[in-house]
Amino acid sequence: MHKLLTESPGEKMILLGNEAIARGAIEAGVAFATTYPGTPSSEISLNLFEMSQESDIYFEYSTNEKVALEVAAGAANSGVRTLCMMKHVGLNVAADPLMTLAYVGVKGGMVILTADDPFMFSSQNEQDNRYYGKLSGLSVLEPSSVQEAKDMMVYAFDLSERLQEPVLFRTTTRVNHSTAVVTLGTIRKRIIKGDFKKDPMNYVTVPAVSRKLHVKLLKNMAAAQEIAEKCEYNFIRGSGAWGIICNGVSYNYAADAVKDLNITDKVSILRIGFSYPMPKAVITAFLKGKEKILVIEEGEPYMEEAVKAFAQEQGFTLPINGKSNELFSRLYEFDPAMVRQQIASYFAVPYTPPLLPDISDVPELPQRPPNLCAGCSHRATFYAVKKAAREQGTEIICPTDIGCYTLGFLPPLSVGDFLICMGSSVSTSCGFSKVTDKKVVSFIGDSTFFHSGITGLINAVFNNHNFTLVILDNGTTAMTGHQPNPGVDMGDFSRSGYGRVSIEEVVKGIGVSHITVIKPYRVRKSIEAIKEALNYQGVSVIISQEMCTLFAKSLKKLKPRAFHVSDKCKNHRDCIKEIACPAFYLEGEKVKIDPVACAGCTVCAQICPENAIVPLKSEK
Amino acid sequence: MDTKRLIIVAVGGQGNLLASRVLAEAALLSDVPVRMSEIHGMAQRGGVVESAIVFGDAESTIISDGEADLLVGFEPSETLRAIRKANSKTVVISNLSPLPPFTVAIGRGVYPDLKQLQELIRSKTSKLIAFDAVALAKQAGNVLAVNMVLVGALTQTRILPLSAESVKETVRTKTKKAFADINLKAFELGFSAAECC
Ligand code: SF4
Repeated sequence: MHKLLTESPGEKMILLGNEAIARGAIEAGVAFATTYPGTPSSEISLNLFEMSQESDIYFEYSTNEKVALEVAAGAANSGVRTLCMMKHVGLNVAADPLMTLAYVGVKGGMVILTADDPFMFSSQNEQDNRYYGKLSGLSVLEPSSVQEAKDMMVYAFDLSERLQEPVLFRTTTRVNHSTAVVTLGTIRKRIIKGDFKKDPMNYVTVPAVSRKLHVKLLKNMAAAQEIAEKCEYNFIRGSGAWGIICNGVSYNYAADAVKDLNITDKVSILRIGFSYPMPKAVITAFLKGKEKILVIEEGEPYMEEAVKAFAQEQGFTLPINGKSNELFSRLYEFDPAMVRQQIASYFAVPYTPPLLPDISDVPELPQRPPNLCAGCSHRATFYAVKKAAREQGTEIICPTDIGCYTLGFLPPLSVGDFLICMGSSVSTSCGFSKVTDKKVVSFIGDSTFFHSGITGLINAVFNNHNFTLVILDNGTTAMTGHQPNPGVDMGDFSRSGYGRVSIEEVVKGIGVSHITVIKPYRVRKSIEAIKEALNYQGVSVIISQEMCTLFAKSLKKLKPRAFHVSDKCKNHRDCIKEIACPAFYLEGEKVKIDPVACAGCTVCAQICPENAIVPLKSEK
Repeated sequence: MDTKRLIIVAVGGQGNLLASRVLAEAALLSDVPVRMSEIHGMAQRGGVVESAIVFGDAESTIISDGEADLLVGFEPSETLRAIRKANSKTVVISNLSPLPPFTVAIGRGVYPDLKQLQELIRSKTSKLIAFDAVALAKQAGNVLAVNMVLVGALTQTRILPLSAESVKETVRTKTKKAFADINLKAFELGFSAAECC
């Protein structure tokens, strides 16, 4: 049995934050879950995907976040408890349904999890999604710890059902990817079947209906405000005259700092866990009689602005600081020492920060950036495109997209010139190709193509643009941990009962007239096919098909046949300079191949001018 | 309970996630409060993986620069890179078997000299325990047991509030059955290697 389905309330388990969140949903009786995978939220859905195998929970990987939210909205409005998970930028994609779903509301409890990523460990921006609460009028809950993430999930479902509105559950990477001891609770009964009662005057959002629904939303917000004022997740620790207001992981750093600085009796901490609507009465009461207030929150000054507004209404004049006066930054994530330091200086507490080691004499260490895996098919495709363009003397601009293949922008491949969001490779190509005289070759993965590349491609055909789109079809959503997508063979995921969408048929159906399928490990053939596509006037598509090497290895579909560099090598180093596979290393001045890392893709063997790279055993 | 802070740095694929899992489970077994934080993500693609584990009474799950009591590096250049986490009282344990990053092969970086590397670490911290953990893992029966060699070594320092017995018990019960014996042997080899340093 999946460990998160264990029926033993009171048992203690070591859980990752994301496992705890999935467990919380299970305890709340979640019956229906949808997602588009995205770090740092991916393990929540991975666990639900696994659990859906051995229980009556419905789970799906939807094509994108907008779809995931709409699928969930249908289920929730039929009375079933639903969870919809995504990373923070995913909520931008789902923002359209979000805003009006807030008007319509839900019948069964619905929690929308958004995982923010301060410091951008694996994201393109560090937007603060608490503002989505303010924008949509939906309640926002924010846990500080792993245990709380589980408990709060149950509360979130109850809150949603009480308000008949979706609830936003906002985490940050350090909650999702922290691990701690969690005490399990009881699992509530799941209701997996619902019923939809027709009520078009409340469900079909034509203007006349929406005008009514907006009134209802405002009433619900007022009700949420009342609940937030009494919510146990907005709590106060201590009774001193120095006030600290914090949320999420900032609470952990503040609580530790107050203890470390020995100022527990001087400080009161207000931890905000229910952060939209902000509990105005709680905050106003907290401000009363305080000497000064420090607001500690990663990201934007979301709470700070609200606290200042409440203080102004009351005519309070005590100092309130946070991001203002640059005590704390809007940038990146916080850490315990930084928070301790700021608390000490703001409240003038004597404190000597730890002496950091003097590293001025440490030589510059070689960087260790992430790299495409040894034998990754993307590397082969990038090489072929570069080579084709070079052989023809064509200068190319390469918009890229989000996936492992984004790493192709690093030298020596250096393929990847522009990226803003999922699907942007295709649509930005339209703009680049229209106003420049350069050839545009863009790259998108299979999963990202389904997510949001298709509409861009339709646009390109309709508006008669001129560029080449390379679809890197490796049979999985590799970057986020090898999830399926509509183009994969679900047999590879040991599942049956799924459909399958052919990328080639989609591209044909859109009306692209120049389509070529290549096998990137056949280097010469691929280069020739790419040259043809580059010379084509109009929209051309190359579908580069080869299974993700890492995934193939895990499925035991790959029988690696290791290669090595024989003594025919004249040390031109084309292999290292051009394709830079991490299986290569230097031993003294000689190029070597690590036989354990080598996946046997043969790309280097095909490009070596001396034919010096040969299968290991043929030498014997 | 006193707070003890451990940083483990490794290269993706070296099994440090299992190492921190074992330590967390051992803490649970011994009723020691434990919290940890890991940056996953690009680990599989050969990047650096850093785990922070906080034992004892604390709420934070991450460790600031200069605040680790114990720093364990699974790869020598990564140990040195993580030295900012240490202070003059920190004990450092490092594997000495290098895994040069790819940037070295393409001429975009120079791998540090191992002797100088150890001298640098020694000069900035209270103690360095350094040995070839890969050789010991091989001796135990599997190169992949490097993580358990280092778990053995860090347990020997007694800096963490975990007894050798509880860690061994966890290795026995929480790592794959087929590897339990090799893992325990690796643990012992790491434990005695740390005794000699
Ligand atoms: S996981 Fe797959 S797609 Fe990603 S870099 Fe590795 S081989 Fe390439």
